[in-house]
Amino acid sequence: MSGSITTPTNNKAKALGLHLLIIGVLAASFLILPDYHSGIIARVLILAIYAMGYNLLFGYTGLLSLGHALFFASGMYGLGLAMQYLHVSPLIGLIAGLGFAAFVSAVVGFLALRTAGVAFMIVTLMFAQAGYLTILLLGEYTRGDEGFVIKQSQRIVAGFDLTNATNRYYVSVLLFAISLLLIGWIVQSGFGKTLVAIRENEERARMLGYNVQLHKWLAVVISGTMSGSAGAAYALLFGYVGGTFATVQYSIFPLLYVLLGGAGTTIGPLIGALFMFYLIDISSQFTSAYLLVAGVALILLTLFAPQGLAGIVRKRVIRWLP
Amino acid sequence: MEFGPHLFLATLEGAIGAAVLALMAVGLSIVFGIMRVVNVAHGEFYMLGAVIAWWITSLIGGHPAYGFLAALIVAPLIVGLIAALADHLVLRRINYDPERTIVATIGLLYVLQQLTLMTFGADARPVEAPFNKRLALPWFENGADGLAMYWPWGLSTTTYKLAVIVAAIVVLVALWLLMTKTRAGLIMRATQLNRDMALAHGIPVEKVYALVFGLGAAIAALAAVLVVPIQQAHYLMGGDPLLLSFIVVIIGGLGSIPGTIVAAILIGMSDGIISVFFSPTLAKILATLLVAFVLIFRPQGLFGKRIS
Amino acid sequence: MTNTKDAPLQPNRRRALKTLAAGAGTIAAAGMLPGLPGYSQAHSAEPIRIGFQVHRTGIGAAYGRWYDRTTEACVAKINAEGGINGRPIEIVAEDDGTDPKRGAEVVEKFASQHNCDVSFGTLFSHVVYGSAPRAGELKMPYFVVSEGHHVASGKLNRYTLQPGITDVKSQVQAMAPFIADNLGKKVTMIFPDFAFGHDHRDYFSAAFEAQGGTILEKIAIPPTETSFTKYFPKIPRDTEVIYHVMVGPAVLTFVKEMGEFFGPSSPEIFGFIDSLEAVDMASPGLEFLEGSYLWEGHPRYAQENQSEFDKAYREAVGVDENGASISDSKDVSTYAHMFGCWETLHIIKAGMESADYKTTADRAKLIEAVEAMTDMPHSHAHPQGAKVFNGKTHQTFGHQYISKVSGGKLVLAHTTSIEDTLYEDEVDYTQQSF
Repeated sequence: MSGSITTPTNNKAKALGLHLLIIGVLAASFLILPDYHSGIIARVLILAIYAMGYNLLFGYTGLLSLGHALFFASGMYGLGLAMQYLHVSPLIGLIAGLGFAAFVSAVVGFLALRTAGVAFMIVTLMFAQAGYLTILLLGEYTRGDEGFVIKQSQRIVAGFDLTNATNRYYVSVLLFAISLLLIGWIVQSGFGKTLVAIRENEERARMLGYNVQLHKWLAVVISGTMSGSAGAAYALLFGYVGGTFATVQYSIFPLLYVLLGGAGTTIGPLIGALFMFYLIDISSQFTSAYLLVAGVALILLTLFAPQGLAGIVRKRVIRWLP
Repeated sequence: MEFGPHLFLATLEGAIGAAVLALMAVGLSIVFGIMRVVNVAHGEFYMLGAVIAWWITSLIGGHPAYGFLAALIVAPLIVGLIAALADHLVLRRINYDPERTIVATIGLLYVLQQLTLMTFGADARPVEAPFNKRLALPWFENGADGLAMYWPWGLSTTTYKLAVIVAAIVVLVALWLLMTKTRAGLIMRATQLNRDMALAHGIPVEKVYALVFGLGAAIAALAAVLVVPIQQAHYLMGGDPLLLSFIVVIIGGLGSIPGTIVAAILIGMSDGIISVFFSPTLAKILATLLVAFVLIFRPQGLFGKRIS
Repeated sequence: MTNTKDAPLQPNRRRALKTLAAGAGTIAAAGMLPGLPGYSQAHSAEPIRIGFQVHRTGIGAAYGRWYDRTTEACVAKINAEGGINGRPIEIVAEDDGTDPKRGAEVVEKFASQHNCDVSFGTLFSHVVYGSAPRAGELKMPYFVVSEGHHVASGKLNRYTLQPGITDVKSQVQAMAPFIADNLGKKVTMIFPDFAFGHDHRDYFSAAFEAQGGTILEKIAIPPTETSFTKYFPKIPRDTEVIYHVMVGPAVLTFVKEMGEFFGPSSPEIFGFIDSLEAVDMASPGLEFLEGSYLWEGHPRYAQENQSEFDKAYREAVGVDENGASISDSKDVSTYAHMFGCWETLHIIKAGMESADYKTTADRAKLIEAVEAMTDMPHSHAHPQGAKVFNGKTHQTFGHQYISKVSGGKLVLAHTTSIEDTLYEDEVDYTQQSF
């Protein structure tokens, strides 16, 4: 995460162009991808949204959270419980999911930001663990670890069937596009620059007159809400809500995706999520010990690609990479 | 069960948990304090200790104490060597960069877990305790004829559980002596204070790091050998102890060994005592939130100095 | 819905080679086993591809290993007997990591990449819940071997069935009369605080109260717990029976600590073998269970009155009379559950043969054929015992076994009737469209 940031206006345009190109490629890929892979890409894009939310906090603001599964699960259960028990439409459910994730991240952010560094890691981890246990405690409604299914018949928005492969793919591309453009805009904005300034030197940012605490809190809320939107979208598109998604493991995933793909880059989370998925999927065809392959690959990456994959690209090829 | 004996039993159970946790966390704390890296694979070193203990005890016949004693010596040695090797092959090469170390040790975690699954298997395997006698415990009550002693139903522990507490104390004292009274401890502390200065004074920092990483892992393995007659060896057993000891290290104040021990006692005991008053899952939630709020109000940990 | 983009056909040459190879295999097999029926009317020797969702890693790995072995043994048997409609079964196994997200991905892989005819074999309920919606959307028949109440509760879909193993609701309620009549009327329940434990809590307490019993206390233990003594004081003094159903690797600790807690004065103890699947009864600490009772889906130890079917099944899978692997007496099987794989594969075979299943276009016909099944007699295809399948709820019902721990072995003490396990239908899947 090297610090020097120069952003002439044409870099802004280039970044936007790159993002639009990626979205265009994703939209067009559906026509050529085999069924299995288009289904998987839809899922990976949702996970990439999760990781992009995470990256705003970790990569751009420099706050390492170990509890983002709580936000993902808040979005998921916000939508899931509203649809299951209040029988609301998917769109209202999505709003409920986003709202709940925003609320949870606002509260957690307010409390956790009294700490920094490793203490911040532990506090977020503890809140997420408490969240997971609460899902178990309220098993009567949440069905605990087992979770529940959102019926196919419920997952239709105004006649638009979200369980259809084509529709699902394009909805996930749409959600991904919104998130990517939003993140691209945020990191180029004054607000985003301030976050990076806080990451690089919090004391200096404070002396320059920025309200550091408020900026960090807003970063947590935006990050948590975006991660929650991924949780809600996962429940809606794939029809399942369950406690597994609130476990520590699911807090580690976005960290891994971001570190692999490249922290503090807009496209890193997508690259990391794609890489990790196909690493496991392809190696599992050859060996049941795919975790071994994944483990060795992670170690090799830290040895030879410390800035993440997008980090290498930024260092060697495209220096203006956002 | 009546309130008094219940609380006593829960406290005793908490103490056993605290003893094992203190050992495990001190291993992590040494690594954290001296090398400034988070070792996510620490739980897997613990798991390896338990698995190797099972392997050794199943090789050695006769009275269970022979196998157990052998495991107590051999398991930490093997695990320490594996850890030192990992340090030499990986961590040294990434220059102990904090973030890269996290990813690399997650990778190591996957590797160790999968290798254990492939060799040791997926079953939970027990190790017989060298000795294990049930001890019924007395309680005192102020009744009609003054203070009387009686033996409440269920109030008991075992000789082995008590021995675990004693063993943990012995190991912790030995460790404290190592760190404060020996030349090796002096070198480690010097490296902790200022790596560059240590280098300048001709301390072989790389060797110290490998030694420290190995020592931390060996202590985790030792904790596992002690615990495996109470619990069982299982290839996924490292996860929860890792989280707990991680928490303990932070609450104790980074790298402070006394802080780590006090925090282990606090967290181990509160886990037991809170369970008296609430339903089990609610108790876990409260214990978890307690940790969060301790840090929110004292972010530097209980014994840490505030770092600006 | 995904049919718009059917995976491209395999290149002709490869297809032809494969057919030839399979044909050669069939001929070879037929040569070795002359006179077996099924080959004369073989339509095509293209194998039936069954996607096997297996827990090879993660918390379900001990079960997964034995589900794997049972499945292999069963496929070898069915193929040696002529396969399905003369076509051999080919198992396509994929690890789901005992994770619901990966489970759904694996089902997608079976449907779109491996071109499987059906998928089968999932045990853990959360993986079933995570995968079933995708199976329904992909119109992929999904035969689970999970003992969860998810299928019969109506929460899943027409493509998900559980014909080879009974569900927890029927198992639990069938235990109530035995416990009330033989062990005691005042029960304290100890169970893990997640959905599987809650099913036990709800269905057992209802059934037990209907028998005139009382549940004194329900102690839910968080699933991450590794030590238990601190919870035992919550057991009321006047408890006559402890009902325990702890699962996971910490279960030996649970039993051992319970023994140490009670010492010589323990109440009656009734538990579910789920806790001790793949665990040697001779493990240190388990001596405390001597004299207690356990539910078994299928008796682990070969009993005196062992049926010829159980004998043949045991031999085929490679399990000795103590329920351990023939090659390693320490490698104990998950005997109470794994028969479900064996029986389910036989049901898939029977269903495909009665539906005259040819291609994936016949999947709906296969579901209808299975839905039409009712009685499944005790036989080589159903070594655990006779069963009655309910086509409306997609759930099978069968005998349950209660064994007593005597001399470190499990001795069958009681066999419930199938009637004891029945309950009212909660769903009629046959009303749902395909």
